[in-house]
Amino acid sequence: MIKKEFTLSIFTEDHIGILNQITIILTRRQINIESITASESAVKGVQLITLAVKTSDEMIRKVARQIEKIIDVIKVFVHTSEEIVYQEIALFKMSTKSLLSGNTVDHLVRSHNVRFIEITPEYMVIEKTGHKSEIVRLLNELEPFGVLQYVRSGRVAITRQVKEFHAYLMEMDGAMRTAKDDYGMQVRQ
Amino acid sequence: MTESTVAGMAGMKAEEKEIKLPEQITGGEALLRCLIEEGVDTVFGYPGGAIMPIYDKLLNFSGSIRHILTRHEQGAAHAAQGYAMVTGKPGVCFATSGPGATNLITGIANAYLDSVPVVFITAQVVSNLIGTDAFQETDIIGISMPVTKWNCQVKRPEDIPSTIARAFYIATTGRPGPVLIDITKDAQAGKLNFSYSKCTYIRSYNPYKPLRMKEIESAAILINHAEKPLILAGHGVLIAKAEKELLEFAEKTGIPVALTLMGLSAFPTGHRLYAGFLGMHGNVGPNKLTNEADVIIAIGMRFDDRVTGNLKKYAGNARIIHIEIDEAEINKNVNVDIEINNDAREVLQKLIPLVNPASHERWIREFRICDKAEYDTVIKPEIKPVSGPVKMGEVVNMVSELTNGDAVIVTDVGQNQMSAARYYRFINPGSLVTSGGMGTMGFGLPAAVGAKTGAPGKQVVAFLGDGGLQMTIQELGTILHFNIAVKIVLLNNFFLGMVRQWQDMFFEKRYASTELVNPDFIKIAEGYHIPGKRVSAREDLKDALKEMLECPGPYLLEVLVEKEGTVLPMVEPGASVSDVKLIK
Repeated sequence: MIKKEFTLSIFTEDHIGILNQITIILTRRQINIESITASESAVKGVQLITLAVKTSDEMIRKVARQIEKIIDVIKVFVHTSEEIVYQEIALFKMSTKSLLSGNTVDHLVRSHNVRFIEITPEYMVIEKTGHKSEIVRLLNELEPFGVLQYVRSGRVAITRQVKEFHAYLMEMDGAMRTAKDDYGMQVRQ
Repeated sequence: MTESTVAGMAGMKAEEKEIKLPEQITGGEALLRCLIEEGVDTVFGYPGGAIMPIYDKLLNFSGSIRHILTRHEQGAAHAAQGYAMVTGKPGVCFATSGPGATNLITGIANAYLDSVPVVFITAQVVSNLIGTDAFQETDIIGISMPVTKWNCQVKRPEDIPSTIARAFYIATTGRPGPVLIDITKDAQAGKLNFSYSKCTYIRSYNPYKPLRMKEIESAAILINHAEKPLILAGHGVLIAKAEKELLEFAEKTGIPVALTLMGLSAFPTGHRLYAGFLGMHGNVGPNKLTNEADVIIAIGMRFDDRVTGNLKKYAGNARIIHIEIDEAEINKNVNVDIEINNDAREVLQKLIPLVNPASHERWIREFRICDKAEYDTVIKPEIKPVSGPVKMGEVVNMVSELTNGDAVIVTDVGQNQMSAARYYRFINPGSLVTSGGMGTMGFGLPAAVGAKTGAPGKQVVAFLGDGGLQMTIQELGTILHFNIAVKIVLLNNFFLGMVRQWQDMFFEKRYASTELVNPDFIKIAEGYHIPGKRVSAREDLKDALKEMLECPGPYLLEVLVEKEGTVLPMVEPGASVSDVKLIK
């Protein structure tokens, strides 16, 4: 079984317990979650959960259908890394003294495009945005100077596809609606 | 102020008086009214501390809702499922918080795997105590999440009607399944303005998919060119009420029909196109010939491992058309060529006009050759033995003859189940109540209680083993209490028969913990005022069965059967369906 990296964009109703329902499915199939992010989507009231997982083509298809079967899940999109624009963010806390010698700071800014969020006489907080590999490369470079804290976020992703989620939603809505109800859908401008 | 305005105001007042203000009632009463709105007249359940506000109101509704008090919550869950399976209506089951709710879990999981609509209502402790490890508090939402189609906790009385409406909509549409609503005690006791409207739409859930004719047309082309086509029909046919369409489709195309365990009774057992029962202990023909078929039309079935055997050696010559309402089941176990993700009945209605009338006599003859071999080697010695101890198959066969295939058959799990499935000749759709996916021992007796409650005019016969009966034997109390006229046929071999069979075949006959020391079941029945009889001689069997069937109330007939009987044929675990064995 050849494992690949996939990003799942899962659009759900804003209900408690959805994340649990999704992870139960991944757990049963022994799929490890590489990263996870949850936020509100461009459609008001719809949550977007972005998961990065490593598994096979066949398994991701099965799992995506099982996730989409959850009553409160609206739509699941499966993407390979080529189909999305994605970023992760990392924060590093370093002792200020360790970075002040030589042209370390200059190098960090020029070759890693980092940002300094906070600088005090004792410590600095550095922000790096990029792919996991870039962040890990930076971490490796910083390690000799003594990293006091390091944290990396889950993946956030935007799809390259032309058809947007709210178009799907309106299609589904139109196909499904049998009786008029009070479900107003607002798309943020 | 002029006269006219005064008159106008008076008119307005009169109009206002006519507007009926919503009534203020408690959450508990609202729940019961919701159930009545959904057409519920029977509830299975068991009271306890947290659910008392609901039970208290139940007394006021005794004219419209019949409550069957089981002797254990698991029994209530299975009974609600049995009721749902024979009536086609959703079952309803009540339990209190904590242990009441956790006792339901086996029953919920059972209904989930067999796609049976049951609405479970559990009580929860007062909302401000949730999460504090309060007395009889348990996270039933978390616990039931993997085994329910949907679940939801209600903490405010005003949320009860809309949640119950959703629960019924979700449980009964699409691929049906159990749902669980957990209602806090304060929501049951608190007041709300009651009004009810049924749920017809949920944005994130669409059970009604548009029919895609392209796939159906492709399927028709495949079917019209097939030389050895085979229909595999499952529970989905019964759920979609597509038995007539299945019959019409099979008769027009001349394609033989094999049924899964859960699909039994979806096609008449005596029909010339009936190919038999699929799976581990199914018939030889459909198992063996699955691997010869060139086109397989799978309808409302999910290629369970008990049906497919070794997947690598399954249906290798066939192009597969899968008609299935649950998209997640398509390409899950078996990769298919044409996927038709829709309701079995609607698809068949569209498919029938597109297929050519045909007959496949040479292909069907292959089934008859298999049938003959199976009859001579297995069936005849099982149903018509001339000497030796009584066999399970002969008991089932005799019940089948005496009831003309018209009874509702309930089974437990194991050898009793496989014998009932193999040897009862069903004539009515939906007349088998059994635990398929879960294989839950102890299912039979409470499920029979539910089945008889749902079909009081039918003869309900439960085939149970001595192991399974003792797992839920307390439900004899329910049978006594409500005088539920189920006919219990206890096939007693003093063994956990199916496990013993595996020990015999695959574990060098090492009988680890499968032999049972049993009580006097007739005395136990007597204690519950249920008449009973024990038979061990072949010549007494027929009269005893007749006596049982003619008894107006419940009856327990214990048949001492062959101790070490083996259910055959068998597709051994890990083997291919074409290697189905006729002898041990």
